[in-house]
Amino acid sequence: MKYLVCVKQAPDTAELPKVKAEEAASGELSIQLVVNPWDEHALESAIQSSEDYGGSVGVITVGGEKAIDALRSGLAMGCAEATLIEDTEADAWGVATLLAAAIEQMGDVDLVFTGQLTVDGNSGMVPIALARKLGWPVLTGVAKIIEVTDDSIVVERVVGEARLTVKTQAPAVLSVIKEIGEPRYPTFIKIRKAARVKIPTLTASDLGVDAPAPVVQMDNYRKPPARDAHVQLFDNASDLVDALLAEKVL
Amino acid sequence: MQILVFIETDGGAAVASSWEALGKALSLTDQVSALVIGENVGDVAAEAGSRGAKTVYVIDDASRALFDLDLYAADASNVLSQSEADAFLASHTGNGRDLMAAVGFDLQAGVLADCLDLSADGDKLVGLRPIYSGNILVDATTSGPVQLATLRPRAAAPAEPTGASADIVSVTPAAVAGRVEVQKVERAEAGEISLTDANVIVSGGRGVSKDPELGFKLIGELADTLGAAVGASRAAVDAGFIEYKHQVGQTGKVVRPDLYIACGISGAVQHLAGMNASKVIVAINKDSEAPIFSVANYGIVGDLFDVVPAMNEAAKGKL
Repeated sequence: MKYLVCVKQAPDTAELPKVKAEEAASGELSIQLVVNPWDEHALESAIQSSEDYGGSVGVITVGGEKAIDALRSGLAMGCAEATLIEDTEADAWGVATLLAAAIEQMGDVDLVFTGQLTVDGNSGMVPIALARKLGWPVLTGVAKIIEVTDDSIVVERVVGEARLTVKTQAPAVLSVIKEIGEPRYPTFIKIRKAARVKIPTLTASDLGVDAPAPVVQMDNYRKPPARDAHVQLFDNASDLVDALLAEKVL
Repeated sequence: MQILVFIETDGGAAVASSWEALGKALSLTDQVSALVIGENVGDVAAEAGSRGAKTVYVIDDASRALFDLDLYAADASNVLSQSEADAFLASHTGNGRDLMAAVGFDLQAGVLADCLDLSADGDKLVGLRPIYSGNILVDATTSGPVQLATLRPRAAAPAEPTGASADIVSVTPAAVAGRVEVQKVERAEAGEISLTDANVIVSGGRGVSKDPELGFKLIGELADTLGAAVGASRAAVDAGFIEYKHQVGQTGKVVRPDLYIACGISGAVQHLAGMNASKVIVAINKDSEAPIFSVANYGIVGDLFDVVPAMNEAAKGKL
């Protein structure tokens, strides 16, 4: 069984409010970058599955040279190998196309794990697009892995307010939510080992594909208007309820 | 501009936020059609007409009883070409997002995902998109054969029933085999209000820790009185005080109720990212320096174990 986790290097969530409009427009961020938090749950889930059902886990990303740090975090958690696809221009469809080409080139991937969305792009489009490109089924909102066999997987999905137990064939793409498990802390020894792993870098031409030109254009980057933040304090609950009734929000 | 709107169904009933997508489409053009897929969804199709869709395309088949991406995407692509719509819109639910991503990628058309608003610039759809978890806004447009967009729940007023009727066009289900077998469906308990659809949310955080069970019981009682959903901070979820499905914030749900009552929540930026678009925010916290007060409209500096039951009593008397 070969598991592959797709991760993205994204801003540390504590520093997101510091992102400036011009930085978002250029993609040149000055804040701390880490593994997208949703992807940490994907890493945990894939590694846990490999421990429960056997097999090995790889980690892959699309990004600039610095995105190698995100791959090293995956290696430190327990992935055996890592791949960087160097590209900073691709949008969601481009990223999916590049990832699919790499997965086809690997040829032996059974299950792809991703986080449900990224904390920077926020669209949640890539896992579905990746599955469409590969022609594999996709299960989103995965909260629990129930069983993995050589050619199938059973999982619990959260869809709106409902929970579904579903079975599909492998190979498949899964996008996971936090409920699937908290990411493990890498040990010192694993961090040291991860630092020494040689990480191959591929480009679109190595993969023999042209990433499609972006089809979503973003313009007029700006900070949202600040909340009108003048808190009115009350001494008792009754006055507060009166104020909420006057606001017509109750 | 001609817009096709996906009306998501669940158990033969419309998913409420779909009517918001229809309402937004109708505010942009009167050339609006609807797509209804499911089993026994004739009433939903009629309702889409009553709420303003001129034409309703219906795929009513036992194989469509539950959302299956392979089947629904094939159906939607067929109807999209049949309807000659310029744009295709859905509510940004999990299924709405999956459908738009699949149809969009298949057609190599861009998706304006999770928009807070949509406007029309001639025949161009412009989406107000939050990125960086709501810390940056952009105006987004798409290129490609058709323009796709999803609208965040509660970002628009729902289309209201008018008594109008639509042309109902029955469409043959696409001949595609499903690859996902649904073994079990557990639906939410009757009467449970979803966080993303709620008008009012009462949330609890670390402040409940001296007696988490009692804390969330009091929060639940206030929520019942107010007809509200129960939310929680990541700290409360990670500590095991309440299930993950209640988590509001960065790695939980993004909500925008009319009223958000934060009880014993300090207001970490990851939590604020999930709720700071709420219309009115109330903070109840023992610590007057807690960051939650900097985004709150109203507040009480005090212990939630005293304030929450007092609010509940006061609200019972006044509602």
